[in-house]
Amino acid sequence: MDSLVLGERDRALLAGAGGEALQFAMELVVRAARIMGAPRLIDVSFAHIDACHYYGRAHLDFARFFVERGARFAVPAWGNTLTVGLLPPQPREGADPAVLGEARELAALYVTLGCRPVWTCAPYQIPGGPGLGEHIVVGESNAVSYYNSVVGARANKYGDFLDVACAMTGRAPFAGLHTDAGRRARVRFEIGGLPEDIRRTELFCHVLGHLMGRAAGSRVPVVTGLPPETPADSLKAIAAAGAASGGIALFHAVGVTPEAPTLDAATGGARPEETVAVTPAMLVAARDSLSTAGAGPVSMVALGTPHFSLTEFERAAILIAGRRIAAGVPLYVSTSRFVAEAARAKGWAEVLETAGATILVDTCTYFAPAVRGARGRVMTNSAKWAYYAPGLIPVEVAFGALEDCVETAVAGEVRRAGRLWSDKAWGL
Amino acid sequence: MAGFTLMATVLNPGACGAPALVLDEPLSFWGGYDPVRGMIVDQHHPQAGTVLAGHVLVMPGSRGSAGTPAGIAEAIRRSVGPAGIVMASRDVNIAIGAMVAGRIYGALIPVLALDPADYGRIGTGDRIDIAADGTVAVSPVARG
Repeated sequence: MDSLVLGERDRALLAGAGGEALQFAMELVVRAARIMGAPRLIDVSFAHIDACHYYGRAHLDFARFFVERGARFAVPAWGNTLTVGLLPPQPREGADPAVLGEARELAALYVTLGCRPVWTCAPYQIPGGPGLGEHIVVGESNAVSYYNSVVGARANKYGDFLDVACAMTGRAPFAGLHTDAGRRARVRFEIGGLPEDIRRTELFCHVLGHLMGRAAGSRVPVVTGLPPETPADSLKAIAAAGAASGGIALFHAVGVTPEAPTLDAATGGARPEETVAVTPAMLVAARDSLSTAGAGPVSMVALGTPHFSLTEFERAAILIAGRRIAAGVPLYVSTSRFVAEAARAKGWAEVLETAGATILVDTCTYFAPAVRGARGRVMTNSAKWAYYAPGLIPVEVAFGALEDCVETAVAGEVRRAGRLWSDKAWGL
Repeated sequence: MAGFTLMATVLNPGACGAPALVLDEPLSFWGGYDPVRGMIVDQHHPQAGTVLAGHVLVMPGSRGSAGTPAGIAEAIRRSVGPAGIVMASRDVNIAIGAMVAGRIYGALIPVLALDPADYGRIGTGDRIDIAADGTVAVSPVARG
């Protein structure tokens, strides 16, 4: 455990030269580095903070420790989603007021520490973030995967407290996905045998991510056969689904993601340990495993996990313009303040609200115990929502494409008109 | 069976003595564990409903939620956390959660990593005594 060589400033902070707060922060970073077997620490340039997401008073006490000692983040730090939204609408009338108060206080403490109040699980949708090759700190699982895979920045999956400690000191253990060796793909998912029109759909990408998460284990996967123009929203779907079902923190897609111009580039020239030829039957099984509910009336439709992007707002607005969602079936769109404002400027937010949708910022529908309709059968277009929600709130889930979700909200019952629900479309 | 001693890597220092509770699968301490009751609530976990307080928790590792360190620290704050934690992996999240609880609340909960071969020698109900240097004394209970 003692191959770690610290720099001069690291040792000074550890000795207390930067004060008590930075000393404790460096102790946390060094402890993590020793456990991970890192040879040294590296500078980081950005942090996405998860410790602002309230889960008990320990979160508050930790943040207060730093605030009371006058500490501030050393690098740009953006906040993850909160357990409670800070801006209207506030649909959580049934929640415990003490918990809501502490959750809000925690967010305020992080703003004091220098956190930018973006409160989003999709920080990569906001301009000004990190770029290719930058070493960064990220905790939220889908954001870890998106930054690593799609942006090409380098981050391990940082747990709460260590994220803050790294952002305070500007240092992180040089290990895992920060290293070239740790980023090499070891398992290949070949999807070229599937019909191309299927591979171009966003629903396919949710299902593919879910399937890869289950099969990849702790290995970095590489996909071959994903169309080169696969859009950001579909890559977000792969990142979120793969991180939820199995903990994928980095995936490569040959011809699509920045570190995989070729298969050899993704694997470092080595042969993959395993190649999984994805079959239509595997996809249909993965698709069906994301739905715990069958046909019938729904109590809610949940979009925006991870947070809805501007392009998703545009697509949803086109689908729902001039229509009205069914009475008593709330349609929630979770997003960030930043994207909500941009969608409002474009007029798309108003189109959705006129149809009866509720735009929820700073948080997510599955954290919210009193979001209206968050029980019974819920329709979502998110494999991540489908995976987590039944464990967090009393719901059954029907999973479908964005188009299916809009039709369901209007009809008030599950509609899956998309041809992807016909086994024939998948080549079976 | 006679007692035996194992040497573990110390991820967070501390000493304790309590019966072992061996988990069959990794656990997420965010979402899968209720830090108010100290209970496993992940309905997919084979030991859902089990309370971990008063035991040395023996598990392969944690499942990867970023919130796991906070779940551990909160349970320790409420005095319903495990007395100590022994794992088969060098789990950063569990160690950091215990380290923060140690600094903020003064609760020194040992977190250790064992070689996988040694890890398998501990059974639920065995008396475990952990010393600050990572020595784990195991007094097995009779198992049928």
